[in-house]
Amino acid sequence: MRTLYQFHGGIHPPGNKEPSTQSGIARAPLPSKLVIPFRQHAGAAAKPIVRAGDQVLKGQLIGMPDGFVSSAVHASTSGTITTIGAQPIAHPSGLPDLCATLIPDGREEWILHAAPSTLRQNSGQASLRTGFDYRNSDPAELRQHLRMSGVVGLGGAVFPSDIKLRPGNRKIDTLILNGAECEPYITCDDMLMRERAAEIAQGAEMLRFMLEAGEVLIGIEDNKPQAIAAMRQAVAESGFLFEVVAVPTIYPGGSAKQLIRVLTGLEVPSGKLPTDIGVQCFNVATAYSVYRALAHGEPLLSRIVTLTGNVRRAQNFEVLLGTPVRDLVALGEALPGTDRYIMGGPMMGLPLSSTDIPLVKASNCIIAASDKLFPPAPPALPCIRCSRCAQACPADLQPMDLFWFAQSREFDKAQQFSLFDCIECGACSYVCPSHIPLVQYFQFAKSEIRAREHDQQAADHARERHEFREYRFEREKQEKAERLAARELAAKQAQPAEPSVSPADAMQQKIQAAIAHAREHAAAGKPKNTENLTAQQQAEIAEIEARRTHIHELAKSAAEPPNDHGESHS
Amino acid sequence: MSAFFSPFISKPDTVSAIMLRVLLALLPGIALYVWHFGPAILVSIALASLTALGTEALMLKLRNRPVMHFLGDNSALLTGWLLALSIPPLAPWWLVVVGTAFAIAIAKHLYGGLGNNPFNPAMIGYAVLIISFPAQMTHWLTPHGLGLAELGFLDQLKYMFLGALPPNVTLDAITMATPLDTLKTRLHLDESVKQILGMPIYGRLAGQGSEMVSLGFMLGGLYLLAARIITWHIPVAFLGTLFVTAGIFHLADPDHYVAPLFHWFSGAAMLGAFFILTDPITSPTTTRGKLIFATGAGLLTYLIRIFGSFPDGMAFATLLMNICVPLIVLYTQPAVFGKKEKRP
Repeated sequence: MRTLYQFHGGIHPPGNKEPSTQSGIARAPLPSKLVIPFRQHAGAAAKPIVRAGDQVLKGQLIGMPDGFVSSAVHASTSGTITTIGAQPIAHPSGLPDLCATLIPDGREEWILHAAPSTLRQNSGQASLRTGFDYRNSDPAELRQHLRMSGVVGLGGAVFPSDIKLRPGNRKIDTLILNGAECEPYITCDDMLMRERAAEIAQGAEMLRFMLEAGEVLIGIEDNKPQAIAAMRQAVAESGFLFEVVAVPTIYPGGSAKQLIRVLTGLEVPSGKLPTDIGVQCFNVATAYSVYRALAHGEPLLSRIVTLTGNVRRAQNFEVLLGTPVRDLVALGEALPGTDRYIMGGPMMGLPLSSTDIPLVKASNCIIAASDKLFPPAPPALPCIRCSRCAQACPADLQPMDLFWFAQSREFDKAQQFSLFDCIECGACSYVCPSHIPLVQYFQFAKSEIRAREHDQQAADHARERHEFREYRFEREKQEKAERLAARELAAKQAQPAEPSVSPADAMQQKIQAAIAHAREHAAAGKPKNTENLTAQQQAEIAEIEARRTHIHELAKSAAEPPNDHGESHS
Repeated sequence: MSAFFSPFISKPDTVSAIMLRVLLALLPGIALYVWHFGPAILVSIALASLTALGTEALMLKLRNRPVMHFLGDNSALLTGWLLALSIPPLAPWWLVVVGTAFAIAIAKHLYGGLGNNPFNPAMIGYAVLIISFPAQMTHWLTPHGLGLAELGFLDQLKYMFLGALPPNVTLDAITMATPLDTLKTRLHLDESVKQILGMPIYGRLAGQGSEMVSLGFMLGGLYLLAARIITWHIPVAFLGTLFVTAGIFHLADPDHYVAPLFHWFSGAAMLGAFFILTDPITSPTTTRGKLIFATGAGLLTYLIRIFGSFPDGMAFATLLMNICVPLIVLYTQPAVFGKKEKRP
């Protein structure tokens, strides 16, 4: 038996996973319309390469990765692209994002793709739509293929998998497959492991091959005995030396850092990545899509989504990416009292403003919610410092102190007390007897600090420019006066006169001094959160920035159709 | 759909329910109190409850806070009960009223109300009373069967509200100094511990009657531990320190220093260990902080009991350690996940 470790805190909310595991994964019917966002991953949005009116095939690339942290987007089925424009998506900001609307033709006609070995023998060269014989491939080529197949982390962070597979400066000792699925209600990974364990094991081996990892651990919470059994059998049959480890059921045991701690006893240092301690972690569903991409040449077109909550028929569905939530929830037959829907689990999920928004790579669960299922929290009372939040915090933080600092806008203190190590799991809010929305306070404080640092940088630049401008005025005034004096002197003496000190030298000195001064000022600032960020945080910020600029662009050129990219379809 | 955000589920626990369970945990102690000393304590508790709720409501109104929202949190009630249990039951009615009103109005609301008071309000109330009205604060009822006379319930009420005693009964006949106080006074008269404990007011462990009340509070405290309303750190560190300190002195000179168990079951030690020091608002939030805080309180309680001029040290030990809480918390921050070094 493997020695397991514990992380501090954690909670045991009711699982409510039974209803959606009564029957197997069903394929959701083809919807009448798909809305495919170009940003379904962390990082920069994919660049559209199709235009309104284009006919596309199932699996056809419609969005090209754009930038280092980015991924490809494909047509989930065959049909016609009718519009490319901003549409509402599932995002806390509620802002719309660039999407392609695809009207399916019902034929589900695939673009050319095939199992790697056959095609490789025929053509001698793998094209983008074909898989690879991965064992004879260059890992860089495999990563590029995953990038072009739109494979991203399906555990929720949707970080492009190819980046996580890049070789770092340290050997990967342990590859962890995350099948913990600690959030209540969600069962998509559970059902995937029960039904497609062999493919997951193959995908895990592909990941291990690319990472050149040592051991492979598949961590599954012990409330999923069937998934554990299925994975154990699949691993045994595959002959791979993976270990399927049943981990204790505790929320948030499926958070990557917490799972790594449980399985290896290692703590990912604050602000570092798991690879810094020789561990890499992928969700089981990601391993599955890696397998589909590399073994069958299939890009990521669908995912398993749990439909549960206040519905007659809770079940997992394999849903085409871009399917509107409305089409999925219709399959579950919502019970009376359902007045809203949650995307994700009850701990970290996002309330949906509308059911028109599409299901994307990050959508693992849709919960039909009612007041009966999720009674509104009673009005908040003051914090009584009972420190239950601290006992529940998996990051060993002191939420009651952070709450105090956030409430009184003492953001420096909040930062000093490690606000940015908060993973926003909601365990503190869950146990708070005063029902204080702690997570929302922490999100507020974090965004305020980020905004303030952004403003500070902008202000530093502006001041630098302003100081230089002031100096330039002063200098010009002085030069003018000197010239005037020289001219007067010249006129008086009626002979050419050279100024005793070279004004050009003095000027140069002053310019250098001013620049040095401005630089000192700028450098005197405190270390910023926007420095030393992880790739993912940078990606998040980049995403927000990109969204901002994008909205500006949209506002500017709302009438103009995009015509500068994409190929002619004629 | 307003204010709908994650997490959408929460533990069905409220401040009000927690405080209610603490009140319930006091019941065994109160029952034994009534059994050994008569029903006067119930009148005291009722008076304290009414005063606490009234003062709370008034202060909330003055501070423009939603009165009903806060009144139901049961925290004022708990302050009232703890104060009533800390002072002599057969006291003039105004004593408990003044103490409770001061605790709620000054010690709680002037500092910002629930969650913001740095000092335990009940202990502030107690401190004010013992400093302002020391005479009334020493009239502890003699347990059943030990006094020269005993008052019926009606006579007790008469004394509390009208100050009138039945003819032929003096106050001294029905009250006494506490067992702790008696011990201290007699020790000054050069009597040995053994001689003193031979007096009829002493029972098996400590004071006759009062030792049973302490036992009742301990039972209630164990319930609080089992119900996970409090953690073991404060009671264990406090009682442990009290035991060890008293034990060292006792071993060194058993004639002058009474055995540790006497200290456990005397005065407010049990009430303090489980109900007063564990007040979350005025005790440290960190685990190590709780241990330091309670150790300090145990040490101070013993020192005040032995060397101080007050009969019991619980209240002042609590208040002195309350002062230290922010500092203790600052220096006992746990290491954050992924950060090896401790923070300031």
